[in-house]
Amino acid sequence: MRVKYVLSEVLVGLWRNVTMTIAMIITMAVSLTMLGASGLMYRQVDDMKDLYYKNIQVSIFLKTDVTDEQREQMDAKLKSDPLVSEVIYVDKAEAYKRFQEMFQDAPDLISAVKEDSLPPSFRIKLNNPEQYKNIYDQYKDTEGVDEIIDQSRLLDKVFNILTAIQNIALAAAIVMAVAALLLVANTIQVAAYSKRREVAVMKLVGASNWFIQAPFVLEAVVAGLIGSLLALVALIAAKYLLFDGSLKALEGLLSPVSWGDLLFVFPLMAGVGGLISAATAWTTLRFYLRV
Amino acid sequence: MTKTYPKASRPSLDNVSVSIEKGEFVFFIGPSGSGKSTIIKMLLHEVAPNKGRVVVNGKDVTSMRSWKRPHFRRSIGCVFQDFRLLPNRTAYENVAFALEVIGKTKAVARRVVPEVLELVGLGGKEHRYPHELSGGEQQRVAVARAFVNRPLILLADEPTGNLDPDTSIEIMRLLDRINRTGTTVVMVTHDSNIVNQMRRRVVEIESGRIVRDQARGVYG
Repeated sequence: MRVKYVLSEVLVGLWRNVTMTIAMIITMAVSLTMLGASGLMYRQVDDMKDLYYKNIQVSIFLKTDVTDEQREQMDAKLKSDPLVSEVIYVDKAEAYKRFQEMFQDAPDLISAVKEDSLPPSFRIKLNNPEQYKNIYDQYKDTEGVDEIIDQSRLLDKVFNILTAIQNIALAAAIVMAVAALLLVANTIQVAAYSKRREVAVMKLVGASNWFIQAPFVLEAVVAGLIGSLLALVALIAAKYLLFDGSLKALEGLLSPVSWGDLLFVFPLMAGVGGLISAATAWTTLRFYLRV
Repeated sequence: MTKTYPKASRPSLDNVSVSIEKGEFVFFIGPSGSGKSTIIKMLLHEVAPNKGRVVVNGKDVTSMRSWKRPHFRRSIGCVFQDFRLLPNRTAYENVAFALEVIGKTKAVARRVVPEVLELVGLGGKEHRYPHELSGGEQQRVAVARAFVNRPLILLADEPTGNLDPDTSIEIMRLLDRINRTGTTVVMVTHDSNIVNQMRRRVVEIESGRIVRDQARGVYG
């Protein structure tokens, strides 16, 4: 009977103040969507880092007029270098072929480039991508070297942008969470006020504190959980409309958002939503009911 | 014990010492602001004395942690001048509510509540709402609610303050009947008529001090 009593009180409480309840749920949902998006991005960025950094190369471009002797010396030196795990030599013809493949959608560009104008290069993989600087210092003044380019530098820029977006989503989540928190506090105060007579009698006859507080706290928790469900719906919609829809073209670039990822962020959203609501409600009641 | 409220120029209760035996019927009388209600609040562990101890049923209430208060309250029944009934519940539901919120089942309520309503003389009016009852009847519901849990002590803070003399006497008969079941009754009142008729122990307080403590006393 007590469980039934508490549950019916929760429903009555949510319904009594329905406009406030809706406001509370919406704010909570937006905040949790942001949080979920930020969590998804965190996983995306991790996946992408794995994917890209595995294939990352340092390119050492040689001058077009490099001599065979210089090139062979360089080759031997790279192959014996303990920092280097793999060396591939790309000659002019190979470079042109790759160029053609890369820009096959832009025939104008291909026809503008002469076959022997592309520089030959060494594509090397490092045992540890972080040690790019050593490689750079070591080879930059070698005869015949034109330019050394570290792809991870370029990737770092991309990842910096992604991290920035992730941080913005997280900041938005926090700001909305503060708004949601204040709404929960306010809703609980209104609920406690409208039930002040019952609460006074309960305190008088010695109802336990948890029994007095449970309906209010659960009211907030239910709102928080509904909010997290809405946030999940929003993220699923985003997956369908954005990733599987208009951003489909970027599939090769972005690693896809899987259902597993969504299932991973839902407990996060539900947990944060529920806990924040419960903690806020409980704290509010401690001040407001002094039980 | 002594109780000084913050911002008060003089203590509400100044070095007061009273001992009430189990099963007694005690009136606390005195003018408004003399400190009578503070005693009730201390017995309920609503306020704590600045100095001294409050001992209820052999337990030192002064040092009791606040989370133990709910359980402690179950051994004390309370009746107030303003009844404090829930307006949207019937007489039966008001009494049953007090049982249910301390964890008693509906089955227990179904057995006990009609009994206690019969005892206070409200048999047949179980399903009336407070606004459908007279003041005296509402106070009977409040007494039933206070007594349904068979408390050791019944605290009554001016229970007849809102009632006419005849109804007051009826409520007093009820409290007397409850007292005869072994329940200690502590009653704060202004009503000289009642005190004089009952001839029970009277403790008179003035400006926070006990000026008289008389077995079988009258209103000064």
